[in-house]
Amino acid sequence: MVDTLERTTAHEDDHGHGHEEHHGPGGLLNWLTTTDHKVIGMNYTVTSVVMLLIGGAFAMLIRAQLTVPDGAVVSLSKYNELFTMHGSVMIYLFAGPFAFGGLANYMVPIQIGAPDMAFPRLNAFSYWLYLTGSITMLLGFLTASGAANFGWVGYAPLSNAVNSPGAGADLWIGALILTGFSAIFTGVNLVATIFYLRAPGMTMFRMPIFTWNMLVTGILILLAFPVLTAGLVMLYADRHFGTHIYDANGGGSPVLWQHIFWFWGHPEVYILALPFFGMVTEIIPVFSRKPLFGYKGMVFATISIAALSTGVWAHHMFTTGVVLLPFFSFMTYLISIPTGMKFFNWIGSMWGGQVRYTAAMLFAIGFLLTFLIGGITGILLASPPLDFFTHDTYFVVAHFHSVVMALVLGAMAGIYYWYPKMTGRFLNERLGKLQFWMLFIGSMVFIMPGYVLGLQGMPRRMAVYIIDPTWQNLNIVSSIGGFMIGLSTLMFAVNVISTIKAPKTAGPNPWDAHTLEWFTTSPPPHHNFYSLPNIKSERPTWDYFHPDAPALIHDDHDPSHVPGGAKADAK
Amino acid sequence: MIPSVNDPANSSDSGIVRSRTSNSSRKGLKWLALVVAPILLSGCQLPGFGITPGVTTSSHKVYKLWQGFMVTGLIVGGFTFVLIIFAAVRYRKRNDEIPRQTQYNTLVEVLYTVIPTLIVAALFYFTIVVENPEVALASNPQATVKVVAFQWGWRFSYPGNPSVNVVGQTTQNPELVLPVNETTRVILTSLDVVHGFYIKDFNFSQYALPGVTNRFDFHVTKAGEFQTQCTQICGLYHSLMYFKVKTIPAAQYHQCLTSATSGDSFVACANGTSSLKATVRPSATQGVPVHHG
Amino acid sequence: MKAEARLLIFLGVFIGIMGIVYGIWSKEWGGTAMLIGTGILGVFPGLYYRWWSKRIGYRPEDRDATMEEGAGRIDTFPGSSIWPFTLGMGCWFLVLSLVFGTWFAVVGIPVVMFALAGGTAESRRGGDPAGH
Repeated sequence: MVDTLERTTAHEDDHGHGHEEHHGPGGLLNWLTTTDHKVIGMNYTVTSVVMLLIGGAFAMLIRAQLTVPDGAVVSLSKYNELFTMHGSVMIYLFAGPFAFGGLANYMVPIQIGAPDMAFPRLNAFSYWLYLTGSITMLLGFLTASGAANFGWVGYAPLSNAVNSPGAGADLWIGALILTGFSAIFTGVNLVATIFYLRAPGMTMFRMPIFTWNMLVTGILILLAFPVLTAGLVMLYADRHFGTHIYDANGGGSPVLWQHIFWFWGHPEVYILALPFFGMVTEIIPVFSRKPLFGYKGMVFATISIAALSTGVWAHHMFTTGVVLLPFFSFMTYLISIPTGMKFFNWIGSMWGGQVRYTAAMLFAIGFLLTFLIGGITGILLASPPLDFFTHDTYFVVAHFHSVVMALVLGAMAGIYYWYPKMTGRFLNERLGKLQFWMLFIGSMVFIMPGYVLGLQGMPRRMAVYIIDPTWQNLNIVSSIGGFMIGLSTLMFAVNVISTIKAPKTAGPNPWDAHTLEWFTTSPPPHHNFYSLPNIKSERPTWDYFHPDAPALIHDDHDPSHVPGGAKADAK
Repeated sequence: MIPSVNDPANSSDSGIVRSRTSNSSRKGLKWLALVVAPILLSGCQLPGFGITPGVTTSSHKVYKLWQGFMVTGLIVGGFTFVLIIFAAVRYRKRNDEIPRQTQYNTLVEVLYTVIPTLIVAALFYFTIVVENPEVALASNPQATVKVVAFQWGWRFSYPGNPSVNVVGQTTQNPELVLPVNETTRVILTSLDVVHGFYIKDFNFSQYALPGVTNRFDFHVTKAGEFQTQCTQICGLYHSLMYFKVKTIPAAQYHQCLTSATSGDSFVACANGTSSLKATVRPSATQGVPVHHG
Repeated sequence: MKAEARLLIFLGVFIGIMGIVYGIWSKEWGGTAMLIGTGILGVFPGLYYRWWSKRIGYRPEDRDATMEEGAGRIDTFPGSSIWPFTLGMGCWFLVLSLVFGTWFAVVGIPVVMFALAGGTAESRRGGDPAGH
């Protein structure tokens, strides 16, 4: 079945083509053959949340292991597999795919008034690559030699055939190739959709900030992921075809792997972070009943993050002794400026507003606070002399867990915000708030001891550690925090399961939101819209429902002095 | 795959147990300092924010840099934290009115771009001031030691006396001997995979990379013993790859080095014990259980 | 289309300049090659979009347009298709053949070729009439 779509407006009768209920094949076949970005987006979201649960289960085992110095749960080798797969699952299979495959896939076309992604079949293909890649990675646990066990960064030559023989490492490489291509195709799709399928009047500078962030993420995916895939192919060649690309004994360079990996890896940090920045940037203005403060500044900050993120990779390699320290330190400091600016955009959006403490908003504020800690410690680590003595200690672990726990809070904010749109049902707000406090406090209790442990010299990736009461106590506190995070995840699961049979009471615009996805029904129909409002600003839905709202204020002038009000910001 | 765990009761006489147990009460204070640092800032004595000045000339400078960065970080972070909480609490929903739709304010936007730029420019400047001497190589180091990391241990050899080779791995941790008040050149490499050469009390670490020889200098200012270990994941026994650093007066160092006939006799001399037997350190297996995975 | 082109060209040029500075300063060629390659990866499509933007002018989505101005046919979207799934399974078998041996490829290669042919034929027909 082919749908040729025509556009109708809110002022016309709803009789456009392609909007009638979609009659596809039912059941499993429907799921296998779908090319609807919403179904694929849901598939991605559900799969990646399952990956979050699996990666979280590994984390629980890791934290249990560290409650005693001599290791309570697993052997040294199993522990190495656990932290490798914890990192790999969380980074490759949860955080990225959840954002750019799940919520972005679902929301970006609707936010720009498009009926679907630009390449629906490619979109479906990339989901199947992601799903099979995820299965491939986890298959490692079923092989005789176990899963990959060299850390999620897979540093050569530890990851070569001599030091890591067995199928686990190959499955890890294969999984990353599959999910890497999946990410690349999703990146292509996002960029093409945003460039070609925007609704009339939806200029680049009227796009919702989430869409902007996903555009920049898509471009970053296209710049970064091919490098990783090439690096993995060379690693596979080293393992099986007798090349010596990363082998010092054969004239190769182990440091080359680190360069390649981090050349992908640092943009990847922003590929992970930008979508969650975008979600939070959608949520905070909506629940403050204000426009985003400094919209254009935010867009330029996002673009400059993308530009700079390709030039900071070797700050992960300060202690190799073979990188240009001042260059990478300088670039890292530069990139902290646009990242820091965003905080003031978020604060400015709340300032003078009417902040509603919904679960989504609480998660968003939790994101700000947790990310602030990660950001400040990131500034410390950007200084090579300070990185030297914290590198590969728990300080670094605590730093990036501050960042990624912020992303998890952001993900929860996104889920609580968009769940009514995706399903037509509300998640339980009270349970959501309880989950927020459990997750937020748990994160703090989990992260903070890590900083102290790292400064006291505890290296990361330790299955057993020195018998020292202080270290053990700090680890126990950290584990308690970890288990609180686990408990909060269970609350989330309960919340989702309890809504499955609930009535669809959400309505099109339950939050009084700003962007186009809130103009259509919940869940949206096949091909998304019965009609669209005229787009005169970056808040088309708000403009439609609040024609009498006070005009936008620039530079704190009285609105009556700004000619044209909202028009002034249209480019 | 559940490991056979050795009896941890033996741990008390382990070589792995930290020699810094006397510091444990101070650690608690440091913890406290980290939490109440903003209050302490008004005083004149800056806390260490979790680290110590260390025992090398560079580590003292790094300590000062760390203090400066922590103060800056706490001020900036604290300011932003207060702003977030203030905005969220002060502007909580009061009624159903639509608030003023402020979208742009050029002055505020310029301020929050320029001020962070100035702050990070200053941070970068101080970084360079500390970093350049730290990574600079002296033209004529008075002592040299070659460090080779391997799975899962260390070899320390001293070009001043070719017969001195100290080798140890997980079951017998080697000891690195360095002179006090002399500039020591460390030449670091790895035989197999990437290892992390990390000495907490020097506030320093560097990768031991296969195929790459890294050079750096220490100028130790204090005699003592420092327990330390590999920081970069290097395979199965990564968690057990310890070594010990012993710093001794320069005169004793050179005397021991010239008179030693083997690695063991050198370490024995450095420890002030002539008998070889006394230098056999308790094996790691006594303190830390070995897992068979 | 102009803003899109500018975005990509800016990113490409910025990263390219960064690559040149880095190359001259560090003499480390791996990173330099990756930076300049990435720069080209930005400039190349950027110039393509720029060329298009000159040919097609301002589309309704590039200016302050109403819905009516953009009314009409948007595009043709495939309703449902089995080929993405087939191709995905074929690629999975190809990757598994890297790990578990060639016999996976014996299955994977025909499936991939079948899926590619099927998907292409579906596109040429303008959809999957067999589905409905």
